[in-house]
Amino acid sequence: MSAGFSRSLLAGVLADPGRMSALALAEWDLLLRQARSSDLLPRLAQLALIHLGPGEMPTVVDPHLAAARTIDQAHRDEVRREAVALEVLLAPLGVPIVLLKGAAYLLGNGPAGLGRTVTDLDILVPREALADVESALLIGGWNTTHPHPYDQAYYRRWMHELPPMIHGRRGTALDVHHAILPPTARTGTDSTLLIEEAIPLPGHRLLRTPCAVDQVLHSMAHLLFNEELSHGLRDLSDIDLMLRHYGSASTFWPMLTDRARQLHLESTLLHGICQVNAMLRTPIPPFMLEQARPRTGPRGLYLRGLNALWECALDTHHPSVASSWGHIARGLLFLRAHAIRMPAAMLARHLTIKLGRRLVPSDIPMHA
Amino acid sequence: MSTDGMTLGRLAAADLSARLNSREGLRVRTGPFVFAVRSPLEEVREGLALHYGQHAVLDHGPSSFSDFHVSVRRPRGLRQLLRPQVEFLLDDRSPFQPLPGHQGYAMLEWGMNWAISAHAHQYVIMHAAVLERGGQALVMPAPAGSGKSTLCAALALRGWRLLSDELALLCPRQGLLQPLARPVSLKNQSIDVIRRFDKQAVIGRAVAETSKGVVAHLSPPPAAVAESHQPARASWVVLPRYQAGAPTQLSPISRPAAFMALQRQTFNYDLHGLVAFQALCAMVSGCSCFDFTYSRLDEALSTFEGLAVQE
Repeated sequence: MSAGFSRSLLAGVLADPGRMSALALAEWDLLLRQARSSDLLPRLAQLALIHLGPGEMPTVVDPHLAAARTIDQAHRDEVRREAVALEVLLAPLGVPIVLLKGAAYLLGNGPAGLGRTVTDLDILVPREALADVESALLIGGWNTTHPHPYDQAYYRRWMHELPPMIHGRRGTALDVHHAILPPTARTGTDSTLLIEEAIPLPGHRLLRTPCAVDQVLHSMAHLLFNEELSHGLRDLSDIDLMLRHYGSASTFWPMLTDRARQLHLESTLLHGICQVNAMLRTPIPPFMLEQARPRTGPRGLYLRGLNALWECALDTHHPSVASSWGHIARGLLFLRAHAIRMPAAMLARHLTIKLGRRLVPSDIPMHA
Repeated sequence: MSTDGMTLGRLAAADLSARLNSREGLRVRTGPFVFAVRSPLEEVREGLALHYGQHAVLDHGPSSFSDFHVSVRRPRGLRQLLRPQVEFLLDDRSPFQPLPGHQGYAMLEWGMNWAISAHAHQYVIMHAAVLERGGQALVMPAPAGSGKSTLCAALALRGWRLLSDELALLCPRQGLLQPLARPVSLKNQSIDVIRRFDKQAVIGRAVAETSKGVVAHLSPPPAAVAESHQPARASWVVLPRYQAGAPTQLSPISRPAAFMALQRQTFNYDLHGLVAFQALCAMVSGCSCFDFTYSRLDEALSTFEGLAVQE
């Protein structure tokens, strides 16, 4: 199924950063473009710092990576300021604030924090505190980005998060989650388990990061259930860095498998390790890979097909590798993500309304 | 064919056009950057041929590296038949809304400025004109409408070496200003002011449909382009203000006041933090700093002449 599919230069370098020392200048040119397009330039810049010896960095490339590291540092400071501002704002409620994804990688100083870009802050709070959290945020200057009544109703009824918010003065974006997957995904994942096992961020009263296995599983669930893969390669690289780092301890893999069972994410875990191993050559213990290998029969065929789609869809979207396969694969996975997240009738209704709004644009005021 | 030492002005029109339409684009060096430019638009070819004649062009090959891949083209869609637009892309991303009409060349210039100011954070980047005389650089930070570009154009036409009309690139480690030597963007009345000021000035086609009003570009003087590898150290910070009918007045200001004006015009101050603070402090500490109000260009020029002689 994956005949004719070849990985991008960027994926090759993420799999083996040592390759950077042997690149021709024109390859650097392409690599930088693919990395910038995939929001991975700061990560590439940090990897270059680790893997290239003195004098191995071409002088024309160096300024680009230095600039990316400057952005990376400023980014890190901004994420910290925002997280602290949230903690101050929500302090009277006394609820735990679990940072998810990028913010957790950065502030928890985890392996996936390496040159990680963060476009919005994601937090997880206990469901029963959601209403109080939302009103505290509104009072604190956060507004919704989706005032349309259908979107508001849709998020509140069907999603695992509030409609996205943006700070009126600072312009930063915030997603407030009460679960890591929508209830309609039918995995039966109990997100309170993540909050219970979350680790307090040193020096903070309310800020937490998910424990290592939860960070890995959430990252996989987010990637494989998500309908849009605009950051597919970056997210896959997060998983790769975490597995390379945590996976060196032999106790990690049984813990990961147990936790996947508790969270009902066993098949997500198996898909995830297949993808990260195929694309980025992440070392995975043989017994895990054996479990992940598709069986024979129709189910096996389906899984093989799905893996091939992921391989096409998760690589960089830069036009230098854009094939029609990538577009088709992302289109099919978009539909699959919706299908596994929603029952068929609900999906049909949702897509009809969204399409209708695109065809007949209207500006329905907030109080309509 | 090797194009070592090749300049854009020596390319045949057909060659220039072929490069602009090729997959790799026309590779042109400006200051520390190599841009790979792609465009099928005639106004872009014409603008580049007029203003970048002295700039180096480079071939494409396994050892070629371009800092920015930019293109200007018409967006796809039926709308283009009724009301043509132009769009700018940095590689695969389009950072701006398309603009109406035939301002493709102006959009290329803005896009190049944006590409530099949004990415080249190896520098502290100020919105300022920079010129040099006798090894000493004059930095004029200013908001739009202050008459900075008019003054910059006039000085560049009277023997001051143009480093940049828009972007002062300060290297935080060496404290030197890096030249760009690109066309000077003139707006509205200043186009005619400069035409009258110097009959020999090479000014491109005026485009009326821009958000800034009428815009036309003045070619950078050939000598400025030839020396665009030569950085300079700042000696003067001048805050210019054009005011109709006002007498020419150069008044000293304190270095902290100049620092604050520079800081306000620094695009990436927040990104750099302490590094930018130290770089700007080091720069102003070696400068004489002034407020400058003017309405008459000839008087303004003799004022700056006097400044350069005094030092």
